[in-house]
Amino acid sequence: MRSTLKFAVPLAVAALALGACGTKGGDTTTPAASGGAAACGNYKIGMFGALTGPNANLGIYIQNGVNLALDDYNKKHADCKVTLENYDSQGDPTQAPALAKKAIDDKKVVGIVGPAFSGESKAADPAFNEAGLVTITPSATNPALADNGWKTFFRALGNDATQGPAAAKYIKDTLKSTKTFVIDDASEYGKGLADIVRKDLGSQVVGNDTIQQKQTDFSASVTKVTSSGADALFFGGYSPEAAPLIKQLRDAGWKGTFVVADGVKDQSFIDNAKDAAEGTIITCPCVPPDVAPDFQSAYKAKYNEDPNTYSGEGYDSATILLDGIAAGKDRASMVDFVKAYDKKGVTKQLKFDAKGESADIKVFAYKVENGKIVSVGEIK
Amino acid sequence: MSTPTSAPAARKPATRGFKERVDHLPRSVKIVLWVLFALFLFLLPLLNIPFITTEGSDFGGVLFTVATYVLVALGLNIVVGYAGLLDLGYVGFYAVGAYTVGVLTSEHAHLSWVVVVPIAIVVAMVSGVILGAPTLRVRGDYLAIVTLGFGEIVRLTLVNSQWLGGAQGISDIPKPPSAELFEVPSLDWSSGAPVVDLDTTSTFLKFGINDFVPYYWLALGIIGLVLLFDILVKSSRVGRAWEATREDEDAAELMGVPTFRFKLLAFALGAAIGGLSGALFATKAGFISPDSFQLLLSILFLAAVVVGGAGNRWGVIVGAIVVGYFPERFRDFADFRVLVFGLALMLLAIFRPQGLLPPRRTVRAKRADDRQAVLEEGEASA
Amino acid sequence: MQNLIDNFFSYTITGLTIGAVYALVALGYTLVYGVLRLINFAHSEVFMYGTFAALWVVMILGGHPGAGVGQVIFWVAMMFVAAMAMSGLVAVLLERVAYRPLRKRNAPPLIALISAIGASFVLAEIMGLRSRIAGWVGLDDTLRDYVRNSRNNAGLPTIIQPQPIFTIGGYHVTNVDIFVIVGAIAIMVILDQFVKRSRLGRGIRAVAMDPEAAALMGVNRDRVIQVTFLVGGIMAGAAAVFYMLKIGITRYDAGFILGVKAFTAAVLGGIGNLRGALLGGFVLGLAENYGSAVVGSQWKDVVAFVLLVLILLFRPTGLLGESLGKARA
Repeated sequence: MRSTLKFAVPLAVAALALGACGTKGGDTTTPAASGGAAACGNYKIGMFGALTGPNANLGIYIQNGVNLALDDYNKKHADCKVTLENYDSQGDPTQAPALAKKAIDDKKVVGIVGPAFSGESKAADPAFNEAGLVTITPSATNPALADNGWKTFFRALGNDATQGPAAAKYIKDTLKSTKTFVIDDASEYGKGLADIVRKDLGSQVVGNDTIQQKQTDFSASVTKVTSSGADALFFGGYSPEAAPLIKQLRDAGWKGTFVVADGVKDQSFIDNAKDAAEGTIITCPCVPPDVAPDFQSAYKAKYNEDPNTYSGEGYDSATILLDGIAAGKDRASMVDFVKAYDKKGVTKQLKFDAKGESADIKVFAYKVENGKIVSVGEIK
Repeated sequence: MSTPTSAPAARKPATRGFKERVDHLPRSVKIVLWVLFALFLFLLPLLNIPFITTEGSDFGGVLFTVATYVLVALGLNIVVGYAGLLDLGYVGFYAVGAYTVGVLTSEHAHLSWVVVVPIAIVVAMVSGVILGAPTLRVRGDYLAIVTLGFGEIVRLTLVNSQWLGGAQGISDIPKPPSAELFEVPSLDWSSGAPVVDLDTTSTFLKFGINDFVPYYWLALGIIGLVLLFDILVKSSRVGRAWEATREDEDAAELMGVPTFRFKLLAFALGAAIGGLSGALFATKAGFISPDSFQLLLSILFLAAVVVGGAGNRWGVIVGAIVVGYFPERFRDFADFRVLVFGLALMLLAIFRPQGLLPPRRTVRAKRADDRQAVLEEGEASA
Repeated sequence: MQNLIDNFFSYTITGLTIGAVYALVALGYTLVYGVLRLINFAHSEVFMYGTFAALWVVMILGGHPGAGVGQVIFWVAMMFVAAMAMSGLVAVLLERVAYRPLRKRNAPPLIALISAIGASFVLAEIMGLRSRIAGWVGLDDTLRDYVRNSRNNAGLPTIIQPQPIFTIGGYHVTNVDIFVIVGAIAIMVILDQFVKRSRLGRGIRAVAMDPEAAALMGVNRDRVIQVTFLVGGIMAGAAAVFYMLKIGITRYDAGFILGVKAFTAAVLGGIGNLRGALLGGFVLGLAENYGSAVVGSQWKDVVAFVLLVLILLFRPTGLLGESLGKARA
């Protein structure tokens, strides 16, 4: 009978625990790490995105920006600090809902920076919306996200529908390209963007191709581009594929202009494509760093490198939430605070329209020159 | 190679195994134990037991994920464990199930959930037959690469087909119909001792956005049904035919077992259960995209089956829990999760090569093999 | 379709170059399978370590080779030495740690696959986490250039400047193309001769044919298996150099997809068959390129797998049949 006991004991304990140990009807669990002043809410903001795993680069750039904003805030409010809670989704929509629930259940969390990608946004944002927890995404650019009627959804950068036409305009007006080839990476971001460019360029598109993420050998695409006689190539995708693609194109002797969007705007593209990256045009709905020199120098001092893709948006998103905390807002009142927000951030004037999109979007063109990404002005 | 030697009848249980001891309990005690155990499983997400509960992610959500892994592992066990077919593309069926639900409830039609789930099972089963019919004639290791290819083909088709939502996937998959019966309170351990927390409750069978516990209950119920089915099939003529085919296909064929047909049946049943778990996943997630059906998942599914002990349904359940739960429980490892998981697989393979809970036959067969090995080695190494 | 006809030679030559890489990696799968009847799932990581060795040796030597022919030969030779040494070492280690203990315990074949999958994760993650690991031992500053952004791409500067050598059907065949294709075939001829003529090669064939009989004849099975892994690793190292010369960029997970392709190539040609691996690699590389030309690059992998299924349906043992032991006995 010993085994009977082995089974029964834990169950009995569980039953007892349920039945006999009294009940509790207070509002919520008290966090272990309390101890600030009575007025201090011990609030937290959440960082929702890929912090580990294969997509972690982007998430960490954002997180760096968020941490910088937190440092600024906590320096000013040393008596009532705000802490950062990380929700590491690895960019995986499958993990996102449970993490969102975790954030929602933690009543100290008054706002979320993220979710970083469009896929996880779709999986997690309905829950945030239902719980009334504000999310400001610094990087998810799918235009359709704003059409779901989520009242907690805000986007601190331009979506693909603003960037795509600008890229097409630049190719047409500035590069004076007459034969353009368009490649996308079949991702939500890359394909969405490339489709807009294809539509805007119309008949001057001489060829299309689709590659896959993580692909490394692009010989078929290279043949298609070179044989099409294209003088410009627009690639909708991210830097891990952009670097080998342009390298192989240059190796094959292609001389046209390589045009990409903000998903490629990071130093690793240049580090890996090396000389082949020279002359690449990068469009980005982000204000050049020289507009916010303070942010740039602070970032460099802390992380020993220049701000990277979406670091500035991460900083801005977090700043909005922190301003809300400073103004005494809690989770419920934060939505209206963000909705009414109108201040200058490091990337742009931070102001949202009725759908939660950034109200004032400017798209800039950048160029790779001597191994650096330099601004070549706004695309108007 | 090794001829199946029958276990010597003279061997009496010197050390009675755990299972035998449980078998010897009186029937009434067994039933009570089972009921209590089932109750415990149902209440698990609300008990919030310290140490077991996942800190980094919602426990109910994690338990649901674990439950889908269990379901998948039970299905894959029919293919790998019972029929001995190495399937590296099981995620394909999982995706077929999920996308059937997505397409029929949101993308192209708005059928009711109750109607769609059986359709998803049937579609997955048909895809299993379509894949199996031509490929099951090729030998074991070839099957591995063919199935792996199938998993990738399914994913690439999802990515590149706009009709199926492309990379954007399918959103707004409706929830199953709710029947709000009663609320179940949860336990709060923050003061050290358990306290019933009446504010944090789960409503029985209310399928909302922000409470995963009802989905977990649904999954548990389905697991129960699948288990019942599994037990019935395994102990029937079909189960014995699978065992014969796995052990020695040629001999089985000679004895009049239509091995191909039974292999196809295993494939179809496995696919059906895979499709069912995919359908369940799509229902809970509300949003599916090709990202959720990576090749890696197939490998994790297979790992669940082999880690637990291919061929033993309780073993694969344990394996699925290990594979599904530990990465979430030890989120603190963050970046090192995959590394640790890989190390664990290697250690397990070395120190527990039959899996955590090997099927009983394997224990028997292994003894026979060992005896034979001793006999052969005895001469060779002398 | 018109595109394929117009640029037939372009697709063919580039398909053959990537096919050569597949073929060399496929040899590793085929050799191990022939001897152990085991899918060495972690072989893709052996290849990946080779790509990093080829990259690092260039960085250690200063990173910018001159243009002279002599210098280029020296740099490429160094890449071969480093990559082959690294891949060979990793392959042998892999065998010691992940497979030998299982063999000693008479584990079922399926569990060896699990061990291989585990080893594959461990190897890839160690590379993916190299910045953190270097941080633990306090070398992250010293090794900064080698470990930074360890989850991201790592690029190699151009070693051989691609230059058109001759033109065929409108395609300028470059020195890199020729080097990769001819080099890969040469290496495979050497391997073929090694397995056919040398004492160790005879041992490999003997174990592949009948392990027990080989043991009775005095062949040291463990040693043969070790040599098999070493040879497979060296081949993967060579493939890694060709890959880096052609693609130029690697990453901690670069092995996975290539490994799947190479394994497909091995099965396509007939697993366990060395010449089959060569043929399978080239056929796969060409099929992918032709397929990309006709139906679009996004269906490249689908084309590869459909081809595999078709070939297995009509020739269940692959194009050349499986025979590491039996053939040429």
